[in-house]
Amino acid sequence: MSERSRPSDALPTDVRPVEGARRVGRMRPALLLHEDHDLCPGCGEPVAIRVLLEAIEELGAAQRAIGVIGIGCYTAFTSTMDIDLVQALHGRAPSVATGVKRMQPENLVVTLQGDGDMVNEGLQEVIHTAARGENVTCVLLNNGVFGETGGHMTSTTVIGQRTKNTLEGREAATHGHPILIGDLLAPLGGTAYAARGTVHDAHGVVQTKAMIKRALTAQQQGLGFSFVEILTMCPTGWFVPTADGPGYLDDVLRPVHATGELKRDGRILTTRELLDAARKQQP
Amino acid sequence: MTTEPNAPTSRGTVTIEIERCKGCALCIPACPPAVLRMSEAHNGIGMPYPELLPGCTGCGACLLVCPDFCFEVWQYDAPLRHAEAGAPS
Ligand code: SF4
Ligand code: SF4
Ligand code: SF4
Repeated sequence: MSERSRPSDALPTDVRPVEGARRVGRMRPALLLHEDHDLCPGCGEPVAIRVLLEAIEELGAAQRAIGVIGIGCYTAFTSTMDIDLVQALHGRAPSVATGVKRMQPENLVVTLQGDGDMVNEGLQEVIHTAARGENVTCVLLNNGVFGETGGHMTSTTVIGQRTKNTLEGREAATHGHPILIGDLLAPLGGTAYAARGTVHDAHGVVQTKAMIKRALTAQQQGLGFSFVEILTMCPTGWFVPTADGPGYLDDVLRPVHATGELKRDGRILTTRELLDAARKQQP
Repeated sequence: MTTEPNAPTSRGTVTIEIERCKGCALCIPACPPAVLRMSEAHNGIGMPYPELLPGCTGCGACLLVCPDFCFEVWQYDAPLRHAEAGAPS
């Protein structure tokens, strides 16, 4: 890479320091074969995939991990994720994961789905998988739109959110109310761990990785079903400039799909309780 | 410890793959000491990309939020003094 016209006050960033420095962060996770991908600028899904792959690696589970992948923009990463993968039909990943885990109980089985895939097309699959207490981990990338198929409303689209078929914003009277999937899954007896994270800022990314690790650890300990929902930016589907994506997530999605742990060590918190707790913390 | 923008020392640095950058600008507000800014120039796909000013702490926040895996992050063994912040080099 040749450096393009660098202004005089900017430092060189095209060469690694030769000595006197140690690398504390690498470009791609070790379990991603290369960095290039075709997802939109400002998309949150690659960030979520980074933390998922890092969590698997840091738990020493790379050789035993089997991903069961739904259908959405994130599916493009099946060609570069360096773990064993099974492609599921729309919405069916939790059921496929059930079969994989029952046949290969020593493996770490993780599904990756979007909100359209999990909450629209396959809602019953994930609910039954949780209720049965299947020892798998389901990861949901939630941006409130069918990103891959053109940006129309999903079951998690929040009231007021613009999508291709709710151009004036989702309206309860016409389009109904969003489903808070975490609140459906957390109370089920088979659910060991449930949490909702976000990748709209660095703090959220760090917290989300910790949630994924707790979910995977619950599976390793054989505690039952574990679930991590991750709020991700979709500037394309939200009709906002890329730089406004994180703010839109924080202002529009997060006040409804509040972030935090919904079930841990048998203690259940509803999204409403997470929201109330967050409000109390505000100055 | 806080670091002012344009501080004359850097505790860390980043390497940036500017040709892979899609110009989303998510890294700019993510940087706690605000030492990243978008370029006036454009890369091979016609997008502006981040430039680094003195004062990086090597915290890695830019790497965490970048959807396109553009950053590598380093911490210096001893803080690096820049000749004079903002001065032409
Ligand atoms: S449509 Fe949305 S979810 Fe799909 S790649 Fe673009 S920004 Fe990401
Ligand atoms: S490592 Fe931290 S301080 Fe340095 S450019 Fe990145 S976000 Fe800014
Ligand atoms: S976050 Fe990554 S892709 Fe976006 S502008 Fe910064 S370096 Fe480029």
